[in-house]
Amino acid sequence: MNRRVLLLVPFAATVVAGGGFLAMLKREQEGTFDPRGVPSMLIGKRVPPFALPADAGSLAGGFSDTDLTGRPIVVNFFASWCVPCMEEAEVLMGLKQAGVPLYGIAYKDKQAGTAAFLAKHGNPYARIGRDDAGLTGIDWGITGVPETYLVDKTGVVRWRFVGPLPAEVAAGDLKRQLQAYA
Amino acid sequence: MIPELGHFALALAVAIGFAQGIFPLWGAWRRDARLIQAAPAIAIGQFIALGTAYACLTWSNVVDDFSVLNVAENGHSLKPLIYKISGTWGNHEGSILLWCLIISLCGAAVAVAGGNLPSSLRARVLGVLGLSSVGFQLFALIESNPFVRLWPPPMDGRDMNPLLQDPGLAIHPPILYIGYVGFAVPFAFAVAALLEGRIDAAWGRWVRPWTLAAWCFLTCGIALGSWWAYYELGWGGYWFWDPVENASLLPWLTGTALLHSAIVVEKREALKTWTVLLAIGTFSLSLSGTFLVRSGILNSVHSFANDPARGVFILALLGLVIGGSLLLFALRAPVLAASGVFAPISREGGLVLNNILLCSIAAVVMTGTTYPLFADLLLGEKLSVGGPFFNSTVLPLAVPVFAAMSVGPVLSWKRADLGSALIRLWWALLLALAVGGYAAIGMKILPALAFGAAVWLIAGAAAEVIERVRLFRVPLGDSLARLRGLPRSTFGTTLGHAGLGVTIAGIAGMSLASEAIVLVKPGAATHLAGYDWKLIELHDGAGPNYDARVATIEISRNGALVAVLAPERRQFPVQNITTTEAKIATNLVRDLYAVLGDERDGGAVLRLHVNPLAPWIWLGAGVMALGGLLSLTDRRLRVGAPLRRAGQAAAKSAAKMGAKA
Repeated sequence: MNRRVLLLVPFAATVVAGGGFLAMLKREQEGTFDPRGVPSMLIGKRVPPFALPADAGSLAGGFSDTDLTGRPIVVNFFASWCVPCMEEAEVLMGLKQAGVPLYGIAYKDKQAGTAAFLAKHGNPYARIGRDDAGLTGIDWGITGVPETYLVDKTGVVRWRFVGPLPAEVAAGDLKRQLQAYA
Repeated sequence: MIPELGHFALALAVAIGFAQGIFPLWGAWRRDARLIQAAPAIAIGQFIALGTAYACLTWSNVVDDFSVLNVAENGHSLKPLIYKISGTWGNHEGSILLWCLIISLCGAAVAVAGGNLPSSLRARVLGVLGLSSVGFQLFALIESNPFVRLWPPPMDGRDMNPLLQDPGLAIHPPILYIGYVGFAVPFAFAVAALLEGRIDAAWGRWVRPWTLAAWCFLTCGIALGSWWAYYELGWGGYWFWDPVENASLLPWLTGTALLHSAIVVEKREALKTWTVLLAIGTFSLSLSGTFLVRSGILNSVHSFANDPARGVFILALLGLVIGGSLLLFALRAPVLAASGVFAPISREGGLVLNNILLCSIAAVVMTGTTYPLFADLLLGEKLSVGGPFFNSTVLPLAVPVFAAMSVGPVLSWKRADLGSALIRLWWALLLALAVGGYAAIGMKILPALAFGAAVWLIAGAAAEVIERVRLFRVPLGDSLARLRGLPRSTFGTTLGHAGLGVTIAGIAGMSLASEAIVLVKPGAATHLAGYDWKLIELHDGAGPNYDARVATIEISRNGALVAVLAPERRQFPVQNITTTEAKIATNLVRDLYAVLGDERDGGAVLRLHVNPLAPWIWLGAGVMALGGLLSLTDRRLRVGAPLRRAGQAAAKSAAKMGAKA
């Protein structure tokens, strides 16, 4: 090979790699690329059966898997002891104002803690179920809190987000998914 | 007031950085003697500005000034002083500032120690250092400013990640960063040489000590990180092929290759283009390693600062520095002509082999680290590349490295005879085969192979010295006289190679480790690898910013007490994080390692390990670094060679002529 061409190879490789990393960063900001995320086994499957008791802060009692039908519902696992949950509280309140049906699952939390959390950061949830033992969390395969799922009107899980929901994802990816499964 | 002073000093550093990036390069190009001579002063000024900024941030941390956002997020009034100081660099903003400080330190060191460099080369080196660092200083000022105020200040800080509150990790980042950033100097020399269009033996001689110093620090940094993981993460593992670890291993591999190829440039004026590429590549990998981790693309247990929004800025900077220098390489490297020729079997040939193999290992590790990302991006496939891939791909490449490492140093320059070289190593080979063979009895084949390789490396390293002092062939007194006369760099090589042998032995020993997870009630005992482990009792303890649960374990062998260990489980209330504090009893030949797990049914879950030769892993790294340091003190690296003076005089007269013109 021509020596000059050969000497250009490192530069060309760097440009290609750089372009790839740029694409990753862009898509990561849009929420369509998550190198860390383990894909949820639940996507495309029905919600595992559960029935959770109501929380004192819940507006309309607890809920079970059969309640997650009829319309697309966003399910959010949260806990008062979780700092990232405070981070996403504002975004969730925004979802509530936008009229998105949002159900919360208080994961391994104390009643008093949940109450204080909702009093301080607002209650975005139409319903709250208490998962005190964390068994429902295990069935859903959550990796931690917060974690957000979209369940379509037939009760099939369509989308998941791990960690505090950024405003861009709520307004972007989640909104698109909600429209797609409306 | 103090944070504002630091803020101002940082802004000043950016301004000086632009001056350092532009004026010396412009001056060297236009042959303006005034601008060329200004370079060292600018570089030292840069260091003073960043030193001030860094000192101000440290001060804010030490006095718990929670009105500074960075301190409020990472500090806590109860934190011990050492962690307040280390907390300065234990977070994203502070670590970027530390990075900038160290690269300016390199610039100042070149300015001060580079008095015997041709002034135009020195100006270009400093200019390139300035250009490569100013972007990151700008990043520190605009995107991740550590001096941003917070109002109203909170009562107390949010505290640093408890995992990072550890003396080993406290000193880890500065050492690792000096290693990473130190490669900026060979990089700057390489780019300066491309700009000058000239590389000679003197260039190789200037580059080597800088590379060596950076390499020593990087070796220590990696070893410290691995040691920290070993005792703090409490898994008993020491290397996880985690992206962050790989990111530090990559520049180490190419840096080791650079160290060896620079010898060929120095001695034989060959491999010039390759050495320049290695110098650029090593620093590029250092940069990527430091910053890709922080951009949020690579993530792992080790990373503690991610923000995709900052990522684009960093990626653009990386692209400018790496892409710019490689484009320059593509355009200018054809000018560099090699003059030395050599046969395939020769010292040079051995060093080329070393380079090929080390770079192949680097390529494999890089592929394994980045392939999952690209597979996800392009194919939408989720896959995880872990230990098994790296172990099975690196091993076949590492075996020839070990085999060649002992042979290379006994080969002669230009043309050598492999047969006679092997004859000189016969006893090392015999010893290695004996140990490997002995180990193969009753053991797995891989550890036996590794023990053999370790002995081969250590004995081979010794053989080189023995060969050079002609031990047993001339009277003992003559041999001693020869020993005294040997250059220190010879001992550097010996220690470097032997150190790797020690590390390999440690790794081989660790692969024979035994482990047990048992539920033990207080007063009861369990048996592991010939030791009796008795749980005496469990009690509560308290530290300055945590509550602890402590187990007391007595370890005895054949009834005789060997050690008492008190592993802890610590609960940090501020961040609601629990960490395990593993306790280790070592006698340098084996580690007894105990971790306290959860308690249930009135007993405690204990994880116990017996790790043979474990300390040798890090001991070996220490020996390697010591070899590098010894080599650094070699007279030849400090005292000018005739060639160097000639080059300097020529350059000086050229500069004078340029100034006149």
